[in-house]
Amino acid sequence: MAHVMPVRVLVGIFLILVLLTIVTVAATFFPTGSFEIWISLGIATVKACLVAAYFMHLRYDNPMNAVIFAFGLIFVALFLGLTMMDTHQYQGDLIINQPGGMGGS
Amino acid sequence: MHESAISGAPHAGGEGHSHGSEYHLAHHFETPRQQFDAGKLGMWLFLVTEVLFFSGLFAAYAVYRSNHPEVFVDAHKYLDKVLGGFNTIVLLFSSLTMAWGVRCAQLGQKRGLTWCLTATLICASLFLGIKAVEYTHKWDMGLYWGQAFAPVAEGALHGGHGHTAWLVYLSIPAALALLGFAVRAVINRVRGRQEAALVAFCLTLTALAFFVGVGLGKAVPAVTSKLLPAESSVPEAAPQHGQAAALPPTQQLVVGDPQAMSGISLTAIFFSIYYAMTGVHAIHILAGMGVLAWLLGRAVRGEFTDKYFGPVDFVGLYWHLVDLIWIYLFPLLYLIH
Repeated sequence: MAHVMPVRVLVGIFLILVLLTIVTVAATFFPTGSFEIWISLGIATVKACLVAAYFMHLRYDNPMNAVIFAFGLIFVALFLGLTMMDTHQYQGDLIINQPGGMGGS
Repeated sequence: MHESAISGAPHAGGEGHSHGSEYHLAHHFETPRQQFDAGKLGMWLFLVTEVLFFSGLFAAYAVYRSNHPEVFVDAHKYLDKVLGGFNTIVLLFSSLTMAWGVRCAQLGQKRGLTWCLTATLICASLFLGIKAVEYTHKWDMGLYWGQAFAPVAEGALHGGHGHTAWLVYLSIPAALALLGFAVRAVINRVRGRQEAALVAFCLTLTALAFFVGVGLGKAVPAVTSKLLPAESSVPEAAPQHGQAAALPPTQQLVVGDPQAMSGISLTAIFFSIYYAMTGVHAIHILAGMGVLAWLLGRAVRGEFTDKYFGPVDFVGLYWHLVDLIWIYLFPLLYLIH
């Protein structure tokens, strides 16, 4: 109820977000190999932090809101991390069928 | 600390702030501050559930991409990253107008709030228009989800007129909305109901923005295909029976037990994931547009003041989350190399 966002901050953050979007797209034109996805996700995370801190007001709010959101993200990390670990465990054991014939034993 | 002017139950359908400064305070809260904080907390908890909701789809994406990266690298060529990037900027701008709207509400600026909410709605509509073009273009090429996946040759595409049929069907709701709100705006104007006319006018602009989005969705790829000839967004070779177009044999893997889901190529699974993620996101945009329209109606009627702007703030939080999710969807789906 207390803090009102100044217009120049809002517009400034928007321009930074647009710039980062352009950077993300431009980065795909450079061959960075397997780092590609981490660069894209890294820039996306920076954009997400800007939106959360300024547009969603987390920087000026009761810290409890930020803690709740962060905990949500921790659970997402657990979800994705454990799922990935599990799926990679048995990839080597899968039998792939080729088209037009049966594979495996 | 109680205010001395506690006035029992708040009046329904507030007609401005002439009832006293506490008319918006619900009886089960002690102070307006507590009401606001409770509302914000509730919205943040809901946003956490939304994040976890989407993370299920992100998990599906992560599993399939990490296990079959070459399929994802190949399938991404069906997606136009310039359109995707433009959509990203449209949503970022809508976040700006939404945050600006919250600021207007905090300062009691009714006109600013009205136009910021309208601008947010217009951006949302534009986004959906571009999405409609993207989807129908894929459907013309036979790029459906799961079992229905059946890519067609480029030659067959340019010859036929099935090109715009799906787009027409998808545009029907927007066309009805455009007509309906325009008529409503005129009728309310004539009858002297200025506020209702203004709301209907803003929603008419929103419906119009859908068609602007469709126009952009068609125009932008036509322009960029001349400027960037290196990447084509359509399959290059005619498909043979039993194979998908332009994929080398190693990528045409049919995974799984023949008794179960035989015949689904992995590219089809990429598209299942693509449609699920962007489709659920689009449903969230539609729901957000409905709530924003509700806010617009309340704003025009003057229900929000510098003392009571909670709903604007909370809907703003939801809208920023929708934008946040797209910020992640865009690089993951459109920018794979």
